[in-house]
This record gives sequence, structure tokens and C-alpha cells, in this order.
Amino acid sequence: MAQTYQDLLAAARTEVPELDVAELAKRLSGDVATVVVDVREQSEWDEGHVPGALHVPRGFLESRIAGVATPDQPVVLMCAGGNRSLLAARNLREMGYAHVESLAGGFTRWKQAGHEVVVPQTLTAQQRSRYSRHTLIPEVGEEGQLKLLGAKVLLIGAGGLGSPAAYYLAAAGVGTIGLVDDDVVDASNLQRQIIHTTDRVGMLKAESAKIAIEALNPDVRVNVHATRINRDNVLEILSGYDLIVDGADNFPTRYLLADASLMTRTPLVHASILRFEGHASVFLPYDGPCYRCVFPEPPPPDLAPSCGEAGVLGVLCGVMGNIQANEAIKVILGIGETLSGRLLVYDALGMTFTELKVRRDPDCPGCGPGAHLEFRDYDAWCAGVGRHLEAVQA
Amino acid sequence: MSTVRFPPVLRAAVGGAREISIPGATVADVLDALYAAHPEVQAQLVAQNGELHRFVNIYVNDEDVRLQGWLATPLAESDTLLILPAMAGGTSSSR
Repeated sequence: MAQTYQDLLAAARTEVPELDVAELAKRLSGDVATVVVDVREQSEWDEGHVPGALHVPRGFLESRIAGVATPDQPVVLMCAGGNRSLLAARNLREMGYAHVESLAGGFTRWKQAGHEVVVPQTLTAQQRSRYSRHTLIPEVGEEGQLKLLGAKVLLIGAGGLGSPAAYYLAAAGVGTIGLVDDDVVDASNLQRQIIHTTDRVGMLKAESAKIAIEALNPDVRVNVHATRINRDNVLEILSGYDLIVDGADNFPTRYLLADASLMTRTPLVHASILRFEGHASVFLPYDGPCYRCVFPEPPPPDLAPSCGEAGVLGVLCGVMGNIQANEAIKVILGIGETLSGRLLVYDALGMTFTELKVRRDPDCPGCGPGAHLEFRDYDAWCAGVGRHLEAVQA
Repeated sequence: MSTVRFPPVLRAAVGGAREISIPGATVADVLDALYAAHPEVQAQLVAQNGELHRFVNIYVNDEDVRLQGWLATPLAESDTLLILPAMAGGTSSSR
């Protein structure tokens, strides 16, 4: 005999015990172990749910229940009004879940009664589609993607390393990207600085990169810092960010950033490049070696040619800049093994990756216990001025 | 025989080689032999007081010799000795 919807509900009520919202609130505040499973659709869940509830949409309940509760556990099913959960509970009982109940009145009555509601931060429908290949990865998921969207990364240089790093971080949905660069796009940059274009030659690099990033991903807020970072502005600029990607082209800036990273406890993702060789590491302040544990002093200018003087393979910039993006994402998400404690040396000609162990130097002039951290005249220091005197004093 | 690997900035001083095999029981032995064959390397790595410059890092395999026996660090057959000064290169080099 055919049954109507009302018949089904009535039959379910004879089998499935219902509890009211006050009883559920009491159980959740006490120590009675109860698994609350919300069977509503994603969009309903996103608008708010009971604290501590788990979300398994009705359509997946039977296939996924084993992952959230065992048959001997007390389970409370809930939906918006109490009907979908009532019908769903019948199936769980058939599957052997003997202690399953349905929340009468569902989430609507819970909310009306003034009980606590969690409104999850969620991706929009467009974001779910855009980042679906990320959210499918268990280590990232929607939670990780939200972390990326909330992250603020400062890139020093929108050049060889900054171009690929900024592009991929933007594609990945890093929500705020700061670009520090006071230079303009030159035709000789385009062999490697892929974020710029021929028709933007002459434009500020940070502005040119902003155009590319905004065209790629409108979720990203781009802050242009069309200045050279120095000891007078570094702390103010850094205050808006939680991670530094160092793609600077000179030692004074690199040592400035190393010191500022320690002062502000901001993680620093390092890479440097020359010809066919790249270095990369991650410096987590006081939680691993710092730049000066590895390189306490810069080489003299004649042993430190720039890419402008010595050349650099364009593709090398892509490899190293993307390693930086990769490490930045891991630091933001707190997943995997970063390059902290390791210096990666990439030889593009031999196609070898060599890993060197780097350790915190107990006498480190940057992060050691006796270090006196203060900004200095980095240009003079890197040119060698006063370094002999310092060595004598030490 | 240890393999000594050179960074790009030192290759001109060793005739363009990326690596050279040099015999020696310690890091100091190998460096002395290297300096004898390529005096220009010594001029770049060693300060006037005879000590290695602080900006020069030397690794035996993957370990920094500063944290081992420094120049007395022993070398076994087929060890790799890597000379590694910091590199600055990154962005546009408009300076």
C-alpha cells in the first residue's frame, strides 16, 4: 500500500525517540558523550550550526556514518525542522545504531530558543569551485583554504623570484599579498620575470604585478609598496604581514630582513639565485636557525656579483620562486616538513638538489642568546666598512 | 680522493671547473692542495690573518665543518667538500 510523506513520518515517530532542544543543550553541556550529526545540506550548514555538531549531508549519511560514530554510541540526528532527521534515523536503526535519536524542531527551534550557534567561516560557491583541487587534498581541505585566504604574505621584490612566487601564491588564494619593489619593468626583465608583460615595460613592477594578480584571482588583495625597504620603514611595513618571502637582489636588504624577521618573529622564506644555482631555506625565528646562523657575514662585493652582473637562467627563477611559494604555503598551513634547518642547493646544470644541514649557532650574532639585535647601516656593513673593528671587539 | 664543489663565483679561479677531485686526509689538507694548484682561490677565501673568511661556509657532505672539527675535520674516500658563500641574487638587479 502506498504511503504518503505524513504516513512515513508517523511511522518513523513510533520507532525513533525524539529529544527536544533543551535536552540536547543539557547533554552537550554535561559529560554525556553524544555524537550530534547534522544532516542538512552544505548551504544550510554554512549559515550556522550547533556547536560541536558534525556535518554529514542526508544523501551521504549511510555511507559515511561509520566514519563519525560506532553503532554503540548515542547519536542525535538533526536537520532544519526535525523531519529529515527523523526519517534518516530509521535507516541508522536498521544499520544497527540502536541509540539514535532525532532532534524535534531541528536547528530552527534550537536557534529560536536562543542556544549557541556557530556560523562557520566558509568558502563561497565560486571559491569552492576555484580551489576545489586544494580542498580535495586532506592536508589542505576547506579549513586550510580559509587559512590561505586569511594569510598576509609580504614579497620582497617583484622580480625573478617574486614573479613566480607571487603568481602561485595568488593562484593558491593567499588573501593578502604585499609587493615591495621600487623598480620599473625593463625589457631585460621579461626573460624571467613572468608576472610582467611587454606592454607594461616602464611601469612600476609592483603595479604591473598587481594587474596580473588581480586578473588571475580577484580574491587577492594586493598592497603595493613602491619603495626600497630600509631600516626606517621595515617594521611598519612588516606589521601588516605574517610571513616574508625574500627575493631581494642584494645583501644589505637580505641582512636587514633577517634582523627584522627576528625582531618581529615573522617567518622568512629565503631563496637566492645566480647563473644556474639556487639556494632556498626557511628561517623560523627562534624556532630554527636564522639567516645569520648560516651566513654570519656577507661576502665582499667582488665575491657577491648580482644577476645583473653575472647573469641568471630564467627558468631557475621559476624553480626557486616556486619552492618559496611551496614553503610559504606549508608554513601558513602548518603542514609537512619545511626547509627550516636545511639549506637546499639546486644546480640546474647538473640537475641536482643538495641538502645541507643548518643548525642554530649558539653564538649567532642574530638569534644567539648574547645577540644584540639592532638595525645597522647595512649598505656600509655589506661593503665591509667597520666589520674588521667589530671582529676585534668580539 | 674528495670531490670539491665550487660555487659559481669561484669557478673562474679554478679554470671554470664546477668540481675537482683532490686527495687529502682533512679539510685543511684538501684546501692546501687546492690553494697550491689555484692560488687565486686562496686570495678569495683566506683573510690576511691566514684564517678562512667568515662568509665562507664549508660543508663535508651535508654537514657544516664549523660544527665539526673545522679545518681538522677528517675526510673519507668519496666525501664531497662544498664551498658555499652566500648568494644575494633575487630580483631585478637594477642597482
